Amino acid sequence: MNFSWIQLVAIAPEIVLTIGACALLLFDLVIPRDQKDKLGYFAVGILIVACYGSWKLANVEADVFFGMFTLDPYATYFKMLVYLAGALTILLSMTYLEIEKIHLGEYYGFVLLSTAGMMVMVSAGDLIMVYLGLELLSISLYTMAGFKRSESRSIEASAKYLILGSFSSAILLYGISILYGIAGTTNLKALGTFFAANPLDNPGLLVSMGFLVVGFGFKVAAVPFHMWTPDVYEGSPTPVTAFMSVAPKAASFAVFLRVFAEALGGLKPHWQPILVTVAVATMILGNVVAIVQTNIKRMLAYSSIAHAGYALIGIIVGGGLGTMSLMLYLMIYALMNLGAFGVVILLRKGGMRGEEISDFTGLAKKNPVAAVIMLIFMFSLAGIPPTAGFVAKFYLFMGAVEAGMVWLAVVGVLLSAVSAYYYLRVVMVMYMREPSGDFDLATSPATSLALVITTIAVLFLGLYPAPLIDATKAAILQIP
Amino acid sequence: MTASLEFSTYLFHYAPIVVFIAIAAAFGVGTLVLSYVVHPRIFSSEKLSAYECGSEPISDARMPFPVRYYIIAMLFVIFDVELVFLYPWAVAFDKIGLFGLIEMIIFIALFVAGYAYAWRKGALEWD
Repeated sequence: MNFSWIQLVAIAPEIVLTIGACALLLFDLVIPRDQKDKLGYFAVGILIVACYGSWKLANVEADVFFGMFTLDPYATYFKMLVYLAGALTILLSMTYLEIEKIHLGEYYGFVLLSTAGMMVMVSAGDLIMVYLGLELLSISLYTMAGFKRSESRSIEASAKYLILGSFSSAILLYGISILYGIAGTTNLKALGTFFAANPLDNPGLLVSMGFLVVGFGFKVAAVPFHMWTPDVYEGSPTPVTAFMSVAPKAASFAVFLRVFAEALGGLKPHWQPILVTVAVATMILGNVVAIVQTNIKRMLAYSSIAHAGYALIGIIVGGGLGTMSLMLYLMIYALMNLGAFGVVILLRKGGMRGEEISDFTGLAKKNPVAAVIMLIFMFSLAGIPPTAGFVAKFYLFMGAVEAGMVWLAVVGVLLSAVSAYYYLRVVMVMYMREPSGDFDLATSPATSLALVITTIAVLFLGLYPAPLIDATKAAILQIP
Repeated sequence: MTASLEFSTYLFHYAPIVVFIAIAAAFGVGTLVLSYVVHPRIFSSEKLSAYECGSEPISDARMPFPVRYYIIAMLFVIFDVELVFLYPWAVAFDKIGLFGLIEMIIFIALFVAGYAYAWRKGALEWD
């Protein structure tokens, strides 16, 4: 039997999460309804244990299970990102679920399972594993999107996401199957070697690359595969939206880069024009359509589309700088977007969820702390120094300039200026208008903790980004 | 200038795909049109009724049915998959030994967790 137990060490964090999720579902059966937040803390504990495991494995580089699973610093960096996003989401969820009367233990199980799926994705050494992780993630997300069973918008979001998501997964699989037909392998490293030696001589390869772009483009919400984003983000429970907009996006970008740099690196001149077109379209549409939104969740959905466009620049640039800037960007984006959604979760007005931008009217007068926190996140999303969003965008655009694509950087900067309009409108509404009613913010220790963590991180990384930059540099994907 | 030249060269590689899509579309539409033109038009009540494996259709298939059927079907699939794994394992048991036993214990443990969950949630009760 060609198997050594030592291989299990490499996937120990994934095992911890999977067993944790199963245990959580069993605990859920015996815990009374009003104490479900214990399960939330249990889930955070599981994430911390898994995080400790990944920390111990941080410097290990290994291909285990016949090259199916790759453990490298690049994967570990993204695993840290998804642990962080998962834990912050759980902290933001507990009060929201309580108020909306959907506090079920399964919710935390799904967070853990989707996190496990993302970990498999970022560690995938084989296209089959990419698909397996993607499906584990997606199926959990479909269910989470429909978690507010009594609300038709939530059901609609779930159904829409399920149908379109399965469709895009099928297209991705089709692309993978064509790649397998051409190269005779689905292993990423073997594909890389194959395409380095054999130049493009098969139009089927272009079809396959196109399908892969469709599949990943859907998951990261890039134009023209973004149609689902606004509806799903608006209909899902707000903490789920927060989670969906950061963690799966980051994990999908991690796989996107790994597949295109490692397996298809030799064909870069062929896929670069496709991605440039997609990136420019994504940045333009996301930023321009966000301007006319009145619902804050819809606005943040279009903003997340625009951010996917910026992040695509990292893949287009590639190499050390491109990879590093993408990793930096996704981490900072995760922090600031979770924070912004955190304030949206907090905001309640007259017992109702505040989802319209007009619901923020005069927040600064009634609750200056919440308003300042929202201001910081809006500034950061717009990329205004001294917040972390500026650092993130700076490195991305610098990468584009260094790669000789000055015009792409110019497009990005100009559209960032456009984005300032809709981000600052929220700030304007909070500070320049008189409040019309009372706010009853849904604060709780857990929510406050999550907001404090994200606020401090966004400010700290804006003023002193060196530690994170060093971490990304140490974890850059190594292409043989 | 060179950049745009390269760009159009790479785009030109997509020409075979465009040709292929055109042929595929023409084939699809062509066969439909052809069969419409040449097929004989003879209708009988048997031919116009829905295909139902020999039994008479009693009503339209698009009607709401209890979601319990769905749950039962899902549970059935779980048990089914379990059996699909157990059978080859039992056949090859003397070759895979302790390793296989531990693997199967893990599998059954995960399975039992799901079973206990479904039971406790009342998925096995009809009313």
